[in-house]
Amino acid sequence: MKLYLKFDTNIALKKIIQEQFDKMQMDYNYLGFAEIEINDSVSSVEMRKLDDCLNVYGIQIVENQKSVLVQKIKDTIIEMVYKEDKLPISNSAYLSDKLKQRYGYLSSIFTEITYTSIENFILLQKAERAKQLISTNEFTFTEIAYTLNYSSVAHFSNQFKGITGITPSSFQRIIKKRRENSSNLE
Amino acid sequence: MPKEPIHILLADDDEDDRLFFKEAFEEIKINTRVQMVNDGVELMNFLTREGNHLPQILFLDLNMPRKTGIDCLLEIKRMAHLKDIAIAIYSTSSSEKDIEDTFVQGANVYIKKPSDFSMLKKILEQVITINWQYQTSGLNRDNYFLSL
Repeated sequence: MKLYLKFDTNIALKKIIQEQFDKMQMDYNYLGFAEIEINDSVSSVEMRKLDDCLNVYGIQIVENQKSVLVQKIKDTIIEMVYKEDKLPISNSAYLSDKLKQRYGYLSSIFTEITYTSIENFILLQKAERAKQLISTNEFTFTEIAYTLNYSSVAHFSNQFKGITGITPSSFQRIIKKRRENSSNLE
Repeated sequence: MPKEPIHILLADDDEDDRLFFKEAFEEIKINTRVQMVNDGVELMNFLTREGNHLPQILFLDLNMPRKTGIDCLLEIKRMAHLKDIAIAIYSTSSSEKDIEDTFVQGANVYIKKPSDFSMLKKILEQVITINWQYQTSGLNRDNYFLSL
């Protein structure tokens, strides 16, 4: 006996996704053909498991695993730069410990997706934190250099200039003048 | 980096400079879409015309006839619908005072016009990469100053 099937791939896909996501107990929205929004945070282990489940049906998660990891790296760096009282001595040890992955792996994925290195991203974030601290007017450059784990004010100043192109003192003057200008307008 | 091209607008009265920039953008590995205007008046018309797709970043020559880069900068900063555009000023001056003044007036990036092509490419690539971080990594745009 021969059977002839008529089918709708979209309905089939939706059904497979529903079953697999329910199995993984993930809350999701199906946004339309082949696009899904996950409503809670998903660990990279869960993401890999989900990918394995879907692979059985010939479905692959495109790029997302990597983007999720890159987002986690960024979040971890921002947490490190903004929330730690004093920055860790070794960025790579801190990141691989927090994310439970080899640093070399994190580093290569990060560069592949963002076209910039983890080290560069950290420098950029440190400069941002420095700007934030400078603009509060509550800290001396010496205190800021210490918090951000620079060996000296000169080292801090040089790296700040390397990233932003301007010196910390120049930044301070710009912020001050901008504030004067906007209060004059009011 | 996004798969969508980054939308760039260039305002410069010098035809050679415009070509120079256009070629540099074509050669860097980041996907960009470059539009050009020939002076400050054209620029302000472009930015205030209904329905025009606004750029993510504007490269603005400081010395233009009819309306200078600084005049444009000040006008742009007064218009609420243009506040998300990053503004990169370029000029032949590299005096610290000129640079600081430009930032005080609301520019985000200051580029000292390089004389050779490979340097220009390198600078533009850097600007686009950093600008991308400001668009996607939640950095505070009030503190966005980059001098190259």
